[in-house]
Amino acid sequence: MRLKCPLCGERDRREFYYVGDAVALARPDPDAGISAWDDYVHNRDNPAGITRDLWQHEAGCAAWVVVTRNTVSHEVLDTALASDVKRAMS
Amino acid sequence: MRLENKGLIDRTQPVNFTFDGHHYQGFAGDTVASALLANDQRLMGRSFKYHRPRGVLTACSGEPNALVTIKRGENVEPNVRATVQEIYGGLEVRSQNAWPTLGFDALAVNDLAAPFFSAGFYYKTFMWPRAFWERVYEPLIRRAAGLGGLSGTSNDEEYEKAFAFCDVLIIGAGPTGLMAALEAGRTGADVILADEDAQAGGRLLSETYEIDGRAALDWVASVIAELSSMDNVRIMSRTTVTGVYDQGTFGALERVTGHTISRADAPRACFWRIVAKRSILAAGALERPIAFQNNDRPGIMTAGAVRAYLNRWGVTAGRDIVVFGNNDDAHRTAFDLSAAGVHVAALVDSRPDVQVSGDFPVYAGAQICGASGRQGLKSVTIRTQSGTEKIASECLAMSGGWNPSVHMTCHMNGRPEWREDIASFVPRAGMIPGMVTAGACNGTFSTHGALAEGRKAAELTLAALGKKAIQSDPPEAEDAPIRISPLWAVGGTGRAWLDFQNDVTVKDVKQAAKENFRSVEHMKRYTTQGMATDQGKNSNVNALAILADVTGRGIPETGTTTFRPPYTPVPIAAMGAGAEGKGFAPERLVTSHESTVAQGAPMIEAGMWYRPSYFPKEGETNWRQSCDREVNMVRSSVGICDVSTLGKIDIQGPDAAAFLDFIYINTFSTLKPGRVRYGLMLREDGTVMDDGTTARLSNTHYVMTTTTAAAGAVMRHLEYVHQCLRPELDVSMVSVTEQWAQFAVAGPKSRSLLNELLDAPIDNDSFPFMGCGDVAIGGVNARLFRISFSGEHAYEIAVPARYGAALFDKLNEHAAALGGGPYGMEALNVLRIEKGFITHAEIHGRVTAFDIGMERMISAKKDCIGQTMAAREGLVGPDREQLIGLKPIGAVKQLTGGAHLFEPESEPTRQNSIGYVTSVGFSPTEVSFLGMGFLMNGRARHGETIKLIDHMRGIETLCEICDPLFHDPDGGKLRG
Amino acid sequence: MRFSGLRILKEGLTGNKGWGAHWRDPDPKSDYDAIIIGGGGHGLSTAYYLAKNHGLTNIAVLEKGYVGGGNVGRNTTIVRANYFLNGNSEFYSHSLKLWEGLEKDLNYNIMHSQRGLINLFHSDGQRDAFVRRGNAMVNQGDDAILLDREGVRKHLPYLDFDNVRFPIYGGLLHPRGGTARHDAVAWGFARGADMRGVDIIQNCEVTGIDIENGAVIGVQTTRGAIKAKKIGMTVAGRSGQIAAMAGMRLPIESHVLQAFVTEGLKPVIDHVISFGMGHFYISQSDKGGLVFGGDLDFYASYASRGNLPMKEHVMEAGMTLMPMIGEAKVLRSWGGIMDMTPDGSPIIDKSPVEGLYINAGWCYGGFKAVPGSGSVFSHLIATDQHHSEATGFKLDRFRTGVGIIDEEGTGSQHNLH
Repeated sequence: MRLKCPLCGERDRREFYYVGDAVALARPDPDAGISAWDDYVHNRDNPAGITRDLWQHEAGCAAWVVVTRNTVSHEVLDTALASDVKRAMS
Repeated sequence: MRLENKGLIDRTQPVNFTFDGHHYQGFAGDTVASALLANDQRLMGRSFKYHRPRGVLTACSGEPNALVTIKRGENVEPNVRATVQEIYGGLEVRSQNAWPTLGFDALAVNDLAAPFFSAGFYYKTFMWPRAFWERVYEPLIRRAAGLGGLSGTSNDEEYEKAFAFCDVLIIGAGPTGLMAALEAGRTGADVILADEDAQAGGRLLSETYEIDGRAALDWVASVIAELSSMDNVRIMSRTTVTGVYDQGTFGALERVTGHTISRADAPRACFWRIVAKRSILAAGALERPIAFQNNDRPGIMTAGAVRAYLNRWGVTAGRDIVVFGNNDDAHRTAFDLSAAGVHVAALVDSRPDVQVSGDFPVYAGAQICGASGRQGLKSVTIRTQSGTEKIASECLAMSGGWNPSVHMTCHMNGRPEWREDIASFVPRAGMIPGMVTAGACNGTFSTHGALAEGRKAAELTLAALGKKAIQSDPPEAEDAPIRISPLWAVGGTGRAWLDFQNDVTVKDVKQAAKENFRSVEHMKRYTTQGMATDQGKNSNVNALAILADVTGRGIPETGTTTFRPPYTPVPIAAMGAGAEGKGFAPERLVTSHESTVAQGAPMIEAGMWYRPSYFPKEGETNWRQSCDREVNMVRSSVGICDVSTLGKIDIQGPDAAAFLDFIYINTFSTLKPGRVRYGLMLREDGTVMDDGTTARLSNTHYVMTTTTAAAGAVMRHLEYVHQCLRPELDVSMVSVTEQWAQFAVAGPKSRSLLNELLDAPIDNDSFPFMGCGDVAIGGVNARLFRISFSGEHAYEIAVPARYGAALFDKLNEHAAALGGGPYGMEALNVLRIEKGFITHAEIHGRVTAFDIGMERMISAKKDCIGQTMAAREGLVGPDREQLIGLKPIGAVKQLTGGAHLFEPESEPTRQNSIGYVTSVGFSPTEVSFLGMGFLMNGRARHGETIKLIDHMRGIETLCEICDPLFHDPDGGKLRG
Repeated sequence: MRFSGLRILKEGLTGNKGWGAHWRDPDPKSDYDAIIIGGGGHGLSTAYYLAKNHGLTNIAVLEKGYVGGGNVGRNTTIVRANYFLNGNSEFYSHSLKLWEGLEKDLNYNIMHSQRGLINLFHSDGQRDAFVRRGNAMVNQGDDAILLDREGVRKHLPYLDFDNVRFPIYGGLLHPRGGTARHDAVAWGFARGADMRGVDIIQNCEVTGIDIENGAVIGVQTTRGAIKAKKIGMTVAGRSGQIAAMAGMRLPIESHVLQAFVTEGLKPVIDHVISFGMGHFYISQSDKGGLVFGGDLDFYASYASRGNLPMKEHVMEAGMTLMPMIGEAKVLRSWGGIMDMTPDGSPIIDKSPVEGLYINAGWCYGGFKAVPGSGSVFSHLIATDQHHSEATGFKLDRFRTGVGIIDEEGTGSQHNLH
């Protein structure tokens, strides 16, 4: 598997560390309530199809990357810097 | 038997090798199989289950029968295909899965018991008595099963791994692949042309075709010459592409020296990771056998193999040869043999309407229904409309048609489709992104078709790369149409083999269906059809066709099982190359390593790092003596310890303070420059992630220390929190673990020692407890932190790593003069247990801040990672196991790590276990074992008695539950 | 039909004509007392124990493909009870006891081979962690023996004791640990359930769950609607999709775990060996293939296939630990889809929808749980009470933090197990 780091270009999967669903970017407020937090930390859509997840180019530039890809075919559709995505959320 | 004037072998180079201890001669260019056949050795192996005598079935890597063991001693290589292994001088070949000899195999008795060994029999018996499975049945089955044997020791021959990148990977160097490579290469594209064979040409090597009016091999030679002249084309022979992975990644095994005597300068094999922008699969096709009674006799081969041995190796596989097929291609075998002067006893074609004539008897509309000759074919029985006829024959060449090699197109879970007109599965478009299939693997079997499709595949591929092919006319070649009428199995009562190696017969498939293993996957798993070393290359289509027939479904509906990587088996040593011994993971060495080893300190692993266990002194006979001495030394004078393995992260920026407040449960924005603070960080789920001290060097500059174990994870975590959660914070961080060598200088004489070395002396005012700052030592700028993991007045001094080794020696030299010296991990552990300091033995991932008594450190004035979840009901409260200290008070004065804790009167059951021990050490200071552990509601129980039981080590003792802070509870020594 | 050596003899002498179907292929009825979604190991054993222990026979197992086609047919076949945390300990102990009687119970040779499992450790700290585990196993009533380095050498002389990257300090031997023939487990349970009247319906994919007033009333399938007031889901790898049909999100991510088998070899490895530092475990099948595996591929996936980096890592671990396997050739590699929960332990619980029961989240350890899972899940479905040996697998433990079962200590959040 190969992923395109937005800073470094296409690299082998072994340069990346994976952490899971990009829902992690949407961290609730401390007082959002236990349901919101339970959902945030634990519950997942876990789609068989298109998903957005977080990878770090750990053995490269250390950038965290939001990867849009298909969990069934492993096709990679898009990559973007997580910090850009997060900034655009607020 | 070798024929004169035939074949591509080099008769000027005779090659001597042995098979089962007997000497044989072949020629350069021979495989083990061709050389043995040339020497009339037809018997080459034994089948898996019935130990039936077997000869070679094919001339390719899919060979199921002729598996042999080569070499000797630690270099032994089992399960080598005789059809692939090239011979070289001195090669030792042995048969396998036969005892005492290949000719007389005692386990052939299994064949007599075959009626009782039908499909799935072992699921129905061997159940009584229960204990017999492990003791009797299983050992017997295991011994009878298996193929070859490993040497039992490491092979000293080297293997390698490598990466390669290209625009176009072409798999297969037959006519299709060569044509594609030529087209692509001429445009300047980076091309890798890989083929499993030693020679390019593919099927052309085994045929007598012409291309452009000259011998096809002349065309091959000219293409190879042109490709070899191109810098942008890399031809990889003896290289099998084994697997297709995501985004154009391929695995490939190159047999670098497997065909010759081991060389010191080259590996035995190299496993390639090839990354290709596009790929062309030109993998050819594999011929199908036909099932009939005793179709596994040595001497019965695929027709294409008989032709290959004849045309490529100049070998006839027998004297009187019968050819049996259901398609026109089989006829070539009869014609080629006849033309070479070999006696063709009969051409048997199952199709009644076939029109063919030659210098041999033709039986149209007839079938072979039996074969005799246990250790080598003697005769075959032909069934015609008028009856049966027995014909003497040493070799039967059979062809049930050809299966396109679609295997690799299925590696990404795609399914091939059935093409009725050629009675074969072919790839669907798009099964592998970026891959074009062409030629025989695409169901296009004629040479003309192969060349045209190879050219077309190159065009399509180049277009996708934005390159235009140079249009050239494809050369002219035979373009025989495919004429075939399906024939999977000849009717009859005897056993007719489908999966030769695993001894799966037509009857087994039918029985499986009867027992409702009707799904093709069930049939496979129940009968083991397709699970042998050829992974069903020879048997899948026949077996599923029979299954389709008995279940009344069509072949497309029945479907196939899944082909998975690797295409041909890959040695673990190749894919795992480089990892043997220490190569598995990097070895990280601190700057004091050499000096430490020179002092005789045993080194132990700490993650990837190596750290000293203790520093033995003369007269000390065990580690405890050294450890006790080192502890006393730190408590009374001064000790030196390399702590460089702790993670060091440099954090800078206007928002560094805010960032750390968000990372740690406690506050760092209030920390004054020049001061150090202990910090605890949580995971978002509220459990403790790591701890350590962080120093504030200036308003915008912190240096964080992490534990050795979590250094990488914490670095990743900081980047994650910054980039993914708080990108608005203006802060940067970098790991400087390896840039700084850092040493603990611990003990009452630590300041005296430092002041002997520092360019400017320090005192309690300039460096109070938890103070930090820049110092200079011998003109080298250093950082000094007054922190302590031992409970003593202590410092950590950090210098740029290049000065580490020198500083370590210097510190030790001065320490020695003060009655001190270096100390290792054992003493460090005792010192911190005496002081109740935690490590990852305590914060093992299931522990909360509450459990270790630090919940009050969680600042309510700010948010931090893990804060919300740490407040969940399950993460706090008396039901949680809480950190305690332990002291033995019973008759047994020992504590052991991993022991469980029970009430003194209760039985040691799971339900009664209320805690466990995490760390223990013998404290020479307290003259007692001391322990740390976790106990349910433990903080409220200080002073009470608890029972420790360690079943593993047979230890049971009573302990006092204590505050884990045993030494200097007021901390006066730290501040002294 | 009872299977026995005598029966084999008789059939062998009469041309093997008398064998019949191991289970029927009935058409689905319109109504069942209970439906189990998923005909894998857990689903089939649930149906079997529903019939055997609870007398519920008007039940159907709905399988979208063929029975035993999921993870029960694509694992590394290890059976063990060596857990150390409450919740897991008693459950796997219960499961292992069922394994030990399974052949007799099912009249099917599942080739349960208690050849002994050895977990290696490589530091003093790891030794203490394994001692804690071993003590927990003995406290639970199971077996564990601490081996020192020489003890390991006696059992496994072929390991590289001199040069391995992480030196072998010793091992924890679990003598009752071992392997079983994975496909046979599925078939044995299928046959056992079928003999007790359970309808096993293959090629029947559930496409929807019908809910009325907060309670299930049936399912929609590719073979029509089927009514039932109790529905159990045992669809490892697809739990998220089935839960979504009932409007739920689960604390589960699906990941790929690869497994490998080599060509057949004469007996060379007699135990199950687990090398934690290399995330590597290996045993040898009765056919002679070395069966081994490693860690997850570490990205959410439903592809049932893996990529090269993890394959190489697994082989590298094998080469540092036991380089004598170098000349064994990998014949086949494949992947299974794992339901990964935040704490690495499963969920067996009622769902917020009445009548819908969840059995999910087995991570990469579901095979050894097959009999135990069916036994306790059938109990839950039949009685609406948690079985005494499976009270820890509650869904709400993540929300409350009460009773999190984190054996690996990597935190109860995703992608760390």
